[in-house]
Amino acid sequence: MSAPPAAADASRPIVRIRDLVKEYRRGAEVVRVLDGLSLDIAQADFVALMGPSGSGKSTLLNLIGGLDRPTSGSLEVEGLRVDQLTDASLTRWRADHVGFIFQMYNLLPVLTAERNVELPLLLTNLGREQRMRRVAAALALVDLTHRAKHRPRELSGGQEQRVGIARAIVTDPTLLLCDEPTGDLDRKSGDEVLTLLEALNDEYGKTIIMVTHDPHAAERAHRVIHLDKGLLSEEHR
Amino acid sequence: MMTGVGKYLPLLASSLRRKRLRTFFTIASIVVAFLLFGLAESMRFALRSGVEVAGADRLLTMHKVSFTQLLPASYETRIKAVDGVAAITPQTWFGAWFQDERNQVPTFPTKPEAFLRIYPEISVPEAEQQAWIADRGGILVGRSIADLFGWQVGDTVPLKSAIWRREDGSDSWDVTVRGIFDVPHGGDTRQILMHQDYFEEAKQQAKGLIGWYVIRVDDVDHAQSIARQIDAMFANSPAETKTSSERAMAQSFVNQIGNIGAILSAIVGAVFFTMLLVTANTMAQSVRERTNELGVLKTLGFSNRGVLGLVLGESVLVTTLGGFTGMLLAWWLGIQFEPVLDQYLPGFRVPGSAFAQAFGIMASLGVIAGAVPAWQAMRLRIVDALRQE
Repeated sequence: MSAPPAAADASRPIVRIRDLVKEYRRGAEVVRVLDGLSLDIAQADFVALMGPSGSGKSTLLNLIGGLDRPTSGSLEVEGLRVDQLTDASLTRWRADHVGFIFQMYNLLPVLTAERNVELPLLLTNLGREQRMRRVAAALALVDLTHRAKHRPRELSGGQEQRVGIARAIVTDPTLLLCDEPTGDLDRKSGDEVLTLLEALNDEYGKTIIMVTHDPHAAERAHRVIHLDKGLLSEEHR
Repeated sequence: MMTGVGKYLPLLASSLRRKRLRTFFTIASIVVAFLLFGLAESMRFALRSGVEVAGADRLLTMHKVSFTQLLPASYETRIKAVDGVAAITPQTWFGAWFQDERNQVPTFPTKPEAFLRIYPEISVPEAEQQAWIADRGGILVGRSIADLFGWQVGDTVPLKSAIWRREDGSDSWDVTVRGIFDVPHGGDTRQILMHQDYFEEAKQQAKGLIGWYVIRVDDVDHAQSIARQIDAMFANSPAETKTSSERAMAQSFVNQIGNIGAILSAIVGAVFFTMLLVTANTMAQSVRERTNELGVLKTLGFSNRGVLGLVLGESVLVTTLGGFTGMLLAWWLGIQFEPVLDQYLPGFRVPGSAFAQAFGIMASLGVIAGAVPAWQAMRLRIVDALRQE
């Protein structure tokens, strides 16, 4: 895991969104999920995206992570126009720069914790030994070294999510995108996960964008953005 | 260090553990298909091997109607006079068995000196050759037969004939093993040669008649014209002949039963086609069940092509595991049954070419069966895939 960025970088926007529109076609109807949204997110920031269901939070997260493409507008991450990348470049960029954490953990049930964490590293040129060193470091960071050989069904929900976090950070991405990371956890496990995210933000300078319905989780963020009907309705620190 | 494609193997192998029972049954079906293929190829190899060792410079002259019809022994002198004939010997199907009627031993009365000239590839020590030639009651035994019954040179063995009786009415022919022969390159050593003179003198019926003639020509290029001359010589006689090369004869014999090969091919083809459908169905189900996981892999940075490769790799892994096991099983069965089948179907074993063919089929089967599911996996949109539970 790389050291935190210099303090001067903290105010530089890592994500720069301008007039972002996302429309879906549902039969003959066109549904506008994001309606000309503009937003800057500073490097090493910890942002919570809140809003009612269907407000466009997950869509915005998917667009920032390059999982989907905007209908119009521009989307820059670290100065790179992500919306203009080809599919192949977008895939490579995602593998190198973004870590995803899902509500349902999305671990592969047939793989052990360490094999799940190793997955993104299979796409690198690292040898097996180097991969396993990184996997061990990531699992140590989430305090799951002792569960490395366990399959997801042998882990608690909180542990599964920590494996998910280890998988997200094992390639040392700059941006962590979390979609309801505590949505399926009890309060105690949720707090552990949020503490871990805070540590990743504070100690390792990861920029974190977290979609959540939970005000308690949002409190841990430096900044809370509210979305409603595709518009940025409120923003406060 | 595991690099390249190898590093994905644990991921592929783990996919097979997802639904163990389904994987087991799919692989088991493929094992059976390749086992059938291996056995069919073994049989084809056994049928073909006779043709491959048959000489092109040897002719067989038999009755035009059927090889079960006998020919006059007097034809020998006339055939020998044909220009280009280097050696000739009569032969007859003796229908021998030893101790038990199930122990059938291909036995042929023949003229020893001519026989050894016609079949120079036969390897037998000079002293044993001479001993056989000198003893009218002597036999030359192929290594397979000698090993099967534990015969040694000098042993006297009572052969029974299902066809030929001696003048005293007995069906028992006491003969002495005078030599044991080998044939290089895995040729057939499952036969016994006895003296034509002894046979002719002792047999009760069909005096002056023989089964067929084996002829060696001095120039293989003239074999066809010599065959035509021989047949022309006996045209319109009571016993017309049909002469062809030993290889052609062996081929025609194989062709008569050789349709078995075509039937086996059709069966194996049908089995493989069914396997294709079974494997394709397994892969389609497997991909459907893992839509979300494939979405996760793409999210983590696996490219569309990478996902295509993973699904195809999984499919090929299934067919290869099953196919390899099936071929190994066929090879093992070939070894186990060789002593039993050697009597009826010598050379029954999985040939190397069948292994090469099998690997080609495994790969093709895997790629074709996995093609559609892999294509669907490749085309999955991440956001749609992640919504699937």
